[in-house]
Amino acid sequence: MADGTPSNRDAIRGGVHRPQAHDSAHKHVAGEALYIDDLPEPAGLVHLYLGLADRAHARIVSVDLAKVRAARGVVAVFTAADVPGVNDISSTGLHDEPIFATDRIDYHGQPIFAVAARTRAQARRAAKLGVIQYDELAPITDIAAARAAKAPLVTEPLTLARGDIESAMKGAPRRLKGSMTIGGQDHFYLEGQIALAVPGEDRDVTIYSSTQHPSEVQHMVSHALGVPSHAVTIECRRMGGGFGGKETQANLFAAAAAIAAKKLNRAVKLRPDRDDDMIITGKRHDFVVDYEIGFDDDGRIHAVDAVYAARCGFSADLSGPVTDRALFHADNCYFYPAVRLRSEPLKTTTCSNTAFRGFGGPQGMIGAERFIEEIAFATAKDPVDIRKLNFYGVAERNVTPYHQTIEDNIIAKVMEEIERRSDFRARQAAIRAFNRDSKILKRGIALTPVKFGISFTATWFNQAGALVHIYTDGSVHLNHGGTEMGQGLYVKVAQVVADAFQIDIDKVKITATTTGKVPNTSATAASSGTDLNGMAALAACDAIKARLVDFAAERWSVPKDQIAFLPNRLRVGNQEISFPEIVKAAYMARVSLSATGFYKTPKIHWDRKKGIGRPFYYFAYGAAACEVLIDTLTGEYKVERADIVHDVGHSLNPAIDRGQIEGGFIQGMGWLTTEELWWDDKGRLRTHAPSTYKIPVASDRPTIFNVAILEGVKNSEPAIHRSKAVGEPPFMLANSVFFALSDAIASLADHRFCPRLDSPATPERVLFAVERMRALAAGQEAA
Amino acid sequence: MPTLSMTVNGKPVSGEAEGRTLLVQFLRETLRLTGTHVGCDTSQCGACLVHIDGKAVKSCTTLALACAGASITTIEGLARDGKLHPMQEAFRENHGLQCGFCTPGMIMSAIDMVNRKGTDLDEQTIRHELEGNICRCTGYHNIVKSIAAGAAAMGKEGLRQAAE
Ligand code: FES
Ligand code: FES
Repeated sequence: MADGTPSNRDAIRGGVHRPQAHDSAHKHVAGEALYIDDLPEPAGLVHLYLGLADRAHARIVSVDLAKVRAARGVVAVFTAADVPGVNDISSTGLHDEPIFATDRIDYHGQPIFAVAARTRAQARRAAKLGVIQYDELAPITDIAAARAAKAPLVTEPLTLARGDIESAMKGAPRRLKGSMTIGGQDHFYLEGQIALAVPGEDRDVTIYSSTQHPSEVQHMVSHALGVPSHAVTIECRRMGGGFGGKETQANLFAAAAAIAAKKLNRAVKLRPDRDDDMIITGKRHDFVVDYEIGFDDDGRIHAVDAVYAARCGFSADLSGPVTDRALFHADNCYFYPAVRLRSEPLKTTTCSNTAFRGFGGPQGMIGAERFIEEIAFATAKDPVDIRKLNFYGVAERNVTPYHQTIEDNIIAKVMEEIERRSDFRARQAAIRAFNRDSKILKRGIALTPVKFGISFTATWFNQAGALVHIYTDGSVHLNHGGTEMGQGLYVKVAQVVADAFQIDIDKVKITATTTGKVPNTSATAASSGTDLNGMAALAACDAIKARLVDFAAERWSVPKDQIAFLPNRLRVGNQEISFPEIVKAAYMARVSLSATGFYKTPKIHWDRKKGIGRPFYYFAYGAAACEVLIDTLTGEYKVERADIVHDVGHSLNPAIDRGQIEGGFIQGMGWLTTEELWWDDKGRLRTHAPSTYKIPVASDRPTIFNVAILEGVKNSEPAIHRSKAVGEPPFMLANSVFFALSDAIASLADHRFCPRLDSPATPERVLFAVERMRALAAGQEAA
Repeated sequence: MPTLSMTVNGKPVSGEAEGRTLLVQFLRETLRLTGTHVGCDTSQCGACLVHIDGKAVKSCTTLALACAGASITTIEGLARDGKLHPMQEAFRENHGLQCGFCTPGMIMSAIDMVNRKGTDLDEQTIRHELEGNICRCTGYHNIVKSIAAGAAAMGKEGLRQAAE
């Protein structure tokens, strides 16, 4: 064997449904895995740095870059005038996102120019020397300001409606209105944005880009350079985290680096420092949800009418699909007999908000949980009972606001599991008892479910390609359009290939994603990476396997049904032949050992204008129960226990899936608790480093943390090996932390009033809510 | 530019460094030891953590010249004779990583923790001691598990070495 390890005859190493380690684990622990900043630098490389606007909203009066040009080490300066093609990187094609601002500034930190210098430090210092004169305009920073200023929408809004909302609302025995503010979130991928552009002959350029969407970077760069897509190659072996923040946000850095590289005929590297990265790039959308709910005395929902306003920033970017997905998840697991949901994607003078794990889904879903909470308080019932009462049915009450019938509802099973595992009812009673005796410290507990729709809502994105070669020694080269950001996509697809050929996984070489091998790919996003690329790779393997079977049947004159792929060998009639041998023989007989594979998700369709269709192939489910302890004097709190049950279908790799569940939950918890983005009155983001922006650290994690993968389930659709997507759904399990905090706060007034907590529930917010609750309780006693 | 000499991963090295050159730049750019990562540039994330004379230090806010004559260990210097350090092995075994960008800093931090606190580390100590290392992917669960296992393995290794 090539690598000296004997191949296995009983079962292959690294097949599907096994807890195979991440493919780069041994390199990561040794410091040998190469990120883009680690690649050897080509001779003559120069460093690029961006010069940023220090106004949030202004007309540019003049730009004087003389000092920048004169600074030590500077090689060249680039502005919009130096863009050979189109000065635009809008992923929507709306031409609302210039690479370099020309006449106006739409957010604080918008790039105006770029400077190339011999060292990064020189470029960085020179970038501060631009003299820009502005004619200042009033910043429009948040949703309230955008509404007050009648700011335009960045994209076409969406309405989802089913049933007669007006009469259902009127006819409902009880009604209530409310509003919830939901904060944004910075991705804080640990590896920041980076691009390394290397010019080639003709009009060619190769860019090593830390991107989840190489094909889009390719298209943006080709527009910016004014060259065909075939001249631009984008490669990404791995990212140091993405979370949606490198779906469109990598475009700017790649385009600027490419422009400089072609102009200078030198390799160019652009890596902003962390503060600039956080200032320049878009984040999770903040939302305000204004709702009216109609229900009855039992707590059953009759009607929901809600508007989802989002802070989109200065351009459309992905705000259309993000706000759409918020609406698609505004039901979570609950049936709304009559419903109207509307999005309001507002333009603000802030960074252009973008994809982030869950993609609007978390904001929609937490709104649904707020509705439930409101009803529970209004009817003086337990929120868990209200949840159960309103769950989608299996055979009836199963149509979503977008008219898709839910065919795979397993929420009842998930609930049963989580209630049992968390011993929910008993602990809830114990907590109530504790709170009666404890004056300062209060506990809270909540149990929230998750149902997340899997597929891109842009139907055409649900396609993927793969390329598989077998070399004559029997080793396999695997390539596909998906990108690796730590989520374990590469190893999962390699497991699929190993299983298909029945060879040990170490015979499969996973290679960097590049637009040169698999073209026209979709972003690795929407949790769809494994579903799409796994199937495409399997299709490529099946094509080669069919050729090998045809060949063997002919060569050894046996019927095809007597040929089988066994671990590291083939059975051909009565004999067994090792995989490398059969490959070698096939090559000698001039059989092609290379194939592309293609996959498109079946069944899905979506008519956005009508708001009707089946946008999702299937749903992933989960539930979490959380217990918190708050200090009512300071607002500080601790998550004491979290129990999670999550559905990943028949897991392709339980170790990787578990990691996604744990990591997603903690990231979600950060979003809802400590991660607060804060802009000042000049529209400047002031939380642009981990010193001011609080990401969960190891000690923030729940003291007791029980994570279980739901056992004994399979995807009811024939997705790859009946597994389910896992990237995003667990993020929303963290809703339980938020509502546990709310529960603890509510205990201060004997659970008579809905705390109506906004997110993130920072200690400050918790303290304010505590005080409000105390005032309400006192008020009621007085009355 | 002054020339700087120090010991890195047991080998004497020298190279040029400006007064403002950071240790992380010297390691990554001059010595091409790229396993030490830059996550935040400002001493907060811990991705750049190395050992200077046996103590954990964030190399993104350490001047290279200040380390003249010092003995530095980076992630690349942990393996012995092609065999991973027990802490590295523990991170691999226990799935203590996803994107891997924080991993070298986590491992360097973990070994420093063992050096200071011993090989019998409880979960709370590990969590508390990890305050200066951010991981955005894993939720820390497997990192904490890895460190506990790695610390125990270091203990056994120490006993074995002492016996030999
Ligand atoms: S890069 Fe040094 S602590 Fe983050
Ligand atoms: S594994 Fe990605 S930051 Fe820790």
